[in-house]
Amino acid sequence: MADKNSFLLRIITPDRVFYENQAQMVEFNTTEGEIGVLPGHVPLTVLVKPGILDITEDGGDKVAALHAGFAEILPDRVTILAEIIEWPEEIDEGRAEAAKERAEERLRTKTPETDVMRAETALQRAMARIQVLR
Amino acid sequence: MASMRDIKRRKSSIQGTQQITKAMKLVSTVKLQRARANAERSKDYFHCMYDTVSSILKRVGHIEHRYLSAGTSPRKAVIVITSNRGLAGGYNSNVVKLVTRHPEWKKEDLVIYSLGNKGREAFLRYGYELRECHSDIVEAPVYADAMALSEELLRAYAEGEVGEIYLAYTAFRNTVSHEPVLLKLLPMEQAVESEEKTEPAAIMNFEPEDVEALDMIIPKYVTSLIYGALMEAVASENGARMQAMDNATSNAEEMISDLALKYNRARQGSITQELTEIIAGAEALG
Repeated sequence: MADKNSFLLRIITPDRVFYENQAQMVEFNTTEGEIGVLPGHVPLTVLVKPGILDITEDGGDKVAALHAGFAEILPDRVTILAEIIEWPEEIDEGRAEAAKERAEERLRTKTPETDVMRAETALQRAMARIQVLR
Repeated sequence: MASMRDIKRRKSSIQGTQQITKAMKLVSTVKLQRARANAERSKDYFHCMYDTVSSILKRVGHIEHRYLSAGTSPRKAVIVITSNRGLAGGYNSNVVKLVTRHPEWKKEDLVIYSLGNKGREAFLRYGYELRECHSDIVEAPVYADAMALSEELLRAYAEGEVGEIYLAYTAFRNTVSHEPVLLKLLPMEQAVESEEKTEPAAIMNFEPEDVEALDMIIPKYVTSLIYGALMEAVASENGARMQAMDNATSNAEEMISDLALKYNRARQGSITQELTEIIAGAEALG
């Protein structure tokens, strides 16, 4: 495992181990912006923002929609504890589109009672789902 | 000696009970298998979360943080996970006892968040302060339920309503052994340099700032603990019920064979008696 070109990537959800393999690079969205992690990264803990997760491994690329959680990055391994994450084939495009429209509608017609944060997160999620499918 | 008819009636009633306990055992066996598989799958997340959080805490060293130092309120919130249905042996009462017989806790200081009807009934009887209960979630716990509960608790903690948060549930060791445990959720105890040798820990960076990051991560940690506990508790409940029903079935079996013996003896006795009566009658006539 002392391979300098890859690190152990583990993505774990409350219900299953989503992914566990050696990867060359992983890219995802954090609260501070997009991040691309290569082997030998400085220790870092980041919080996930809804977006696309892109894994570069030996066999090629893999994408997934990552919605919430946090990641612990160490030089030789990355652990993403994802509360919600989906492979493209698990996403229902129709539902995502509907959710996107709903969230946009809520943001457009916002009243003081509107929970803007929640609507925005919902929108980001829907966008991430749709992008992953493309 | 009880009459033949009484014994027969008794026996058939016990047979009826045995059929029920047998069926319940089968049902809980199936449920146990499913619950156990679920619990095992969620364990990974649970352990990983624990490892990650403790390694983060070790790296950051001692920092001032509201989730790490005790709150000022003497009140304690206790989440108690029990079942909605009984007939599970000591499953429910063991968890309840853990709280009611705690040597240092006073009734007045506790706020109980009960998941599961049986626990709620027990605490109501003892006169504890109960907060909103979500009894239906123990039937089939999902992550969102744990999330809602932990948000509620963290809000109470942040507002100073409670100073400490505990979790009482039944840990699932294996099919036959389940152990009631009491876990402290907040404030978190920093594992103080117990394993100093292991990696002189490169300093962990946080994006965003560490306090803010811990603010986000610790709620997730609490949620995952609650979720893990729920999964284990459901598995334990079914395990406990399976055992209890197994015992009940074999007890019924024992009683039935005992009664069968008594019945046969009574039957034999009545035949002998009738014979003696007939012979005596014939003799008297002759």
